[in-house]
Amino acid sequence: MSDPSASHQKLDPDKALRSNITRRLFRRMSAHNSILIGGTVLGAIVFMAVFAPLLAPHDPFDQDLSRRLLPPFWMEDNNPKYILGTDNLGRDYLSRLIYGAQISLMIGVCTAVLSGIIGSALGITAGYFGGRTDAVITFIITTRLSMPIVLVALAVVALVGGSLHAVILVLGFLLWDRYAVVMRSATQQARNMDYVSAARAIGCPTWRVVLSEIFPNVVNNLIVIATFEVAHAILLEASLSFLGLGVQPPDPSWGLMIAEGKEFLLFDPWVITIPGVALSILVLAVNMLGDGIRDVSAPENRN
Amino acid sequence: MLNFTIRRIILVVLVALTVSVIAFFLVRMSGDLATALAGEDANAQEIADIRKIYGLDRPLIVQYADWLFDALRGDFGESLYFPETVGELVAMRLPTTLLLAFSGLVISLLIGIPFGVISALKPDSWIDRISMSIAVAGQAIPTFWMGLMLMVLFGLILRWTPISGDETWQHFILPAFTLGYYSTPPIMRLTRSGMLEVLSADYIRTAYAKGLQPLRVLFKHALRNAVIPVVALASVQFGHMLSGAIVIESVFAMQGIGYLAWESILRNDIAVIQAILLIVCLFYVGLTFISDLLNAWLDPRIRVS
Repeated sequence: MSDPSASHQKLDPDKALRSNITRRLFRRMSAHNSILIGGTVLGAIVFMAVFAPLLAPHDPFDQDLSRRLLPPFWMEDNNPKYILGTDNLGRDYLSRLIYGAQISLMIGVCTAVLSGIIGSALGITAGYFGGRTDAVITFIITTRLSMPIVLVALAVVALVGGSLHAVILVLGFLLWDRYAVVMRSATQQARNMDYVSAARAIGCPTWRVVLSEIFPNVVNNLIVIATFEVAHAILLEASLSFLGLGVQPPDPSWGLMIAEGKEFLLFDPWVITIPGVALSILVLAVNMLGDGIRDVSAPENRN
Repeated sequence: MLNFTIRRIILVVLVALTVSVIAFFLVRMSGDLATALAGEDANAQEIADIRKIYGLDRPLIVQYADWLFDALRGDFGESLYFPETVGELVAMRLPTTLLLAFSGLVISLLIGIPFGVISALKPDSWIDRISMSIAVAGQAIPTFWMGLMLMVLFGLILRWTPISGDETWQHFILPAFTLGYYSTPPIMRLTRSGMLEVLSADYIRTAYAKGLQPLRVLFKHALRNAVIPVVALASVQFGHMLSGAIVIESVFAMQGIGYLAWESILRNDIAVIQAILLIVCLFYVGLTFISDLLNAWLDPRIRVS
């Protein structure tokens, strides 16, 4: 169908049909696979974060300079008590990694929820009322899109002081654009449906039409955007913390762990490898879950 | 098209003005400029004098107008730490960032377009899977970490490239690749979906049917049509790279405006932060404008909506 070399060379309809079906089946299966893999990995990380106090072998804040920079288990001279080694202050790396998952997940989820509320409110309002309201909100969206996220986030975090809450608030107020754009166009479509006109005709107040007629019909768009924004927020938090303007020491943010390990990358590159791999796996899992959900629920948005 | 362009220009000017207001007030809220200018051991009288000399006792709106008109003439005020004026400082550092962002863009186009085209020609083949994994990895790996890992591998272990700095073109290889790789996935995806759409169009079938060489059909008929939205996206991506440069330049210690912005934020050097925020935002606005025009030229439906 979409492969021209196949369509003009082989004209065996049966075969073409069969390969088409196989291809679709493969797509379906791979969508489920990515939900399965992404979901399992993410579930494991969430489990790790929730039960961090039980799982972590040591106190993540316990410093001891006599055991600083012990190598992880795959290197020589490792200490089996500290499986992933220790950082430059002698804190157990595995425990810090486990507690770090809490920070990444908290920031990812809280940011996605906050920006989801802001973005959906703006998008639904713009889409439902149209006209001048729509023009104003579209202008706000355009303005937001003309601001570089990293730069603005850094400036604002510097202004209010870096902390977990500051990062969540700043990112939440910056990452709502995609929600707003998608919800706006979804609402524009839903607004013209007969059931909405019917609700208005029987005299439902506006808030009721929006909440019980429009919202349930556009809400399915949220879940996919939310997963991608979780990933986006996790990466941004890591960047901000890496630059020293996010989560502050001694909290074990993965981005901060990379920043703290930066000066040791010459002799002990594992110090930055471990949190970086953890970060990539987490973001990968969230993205895979998002991709899978999108492919299963709305395959037409795949590209 | 003219009508659309004029409406867009008005919008762009309005957005630029709003962004300048945000840049001014956001940074101005971050601290008292007079206290910062006066230095650490200034008394209240000195601070009040400075406030008067620099006109910081006037209403904020007047100060904003003043700042904006000066900025439009290229006068961004004085830095607290550098002997140069902010204008000179930014002019000095901007070329490094532009060069970095441009090379990053070239790299992402050089990877994204060929892989996108090939995976559109052979969907679900091994090369399609490879490009999918490049895309998936590119969106999951944090740029600063990838920069550090490349630095360890190519700079420290293999010693092929310099580790940090920006003196020669070799210094740009790793940062440009890091920056470019992050923007590759969207470009690759858009090329792939554009090509898939174009390749199933009737005029491509006609071109094949009248016996044109497949390669000629591919490049002259298909790619030319599929690539315009990619160019529009590339223009937006260039803006993202200017902003992403703040992280990459800090990793590789390159003296661009990103690194300057980071240093200035840490030191609360207000005039510099305002200038960089404004300039990067204006680049964003301009690049988005170009991208909108390209899309509208390509798809007339956008012009009337």
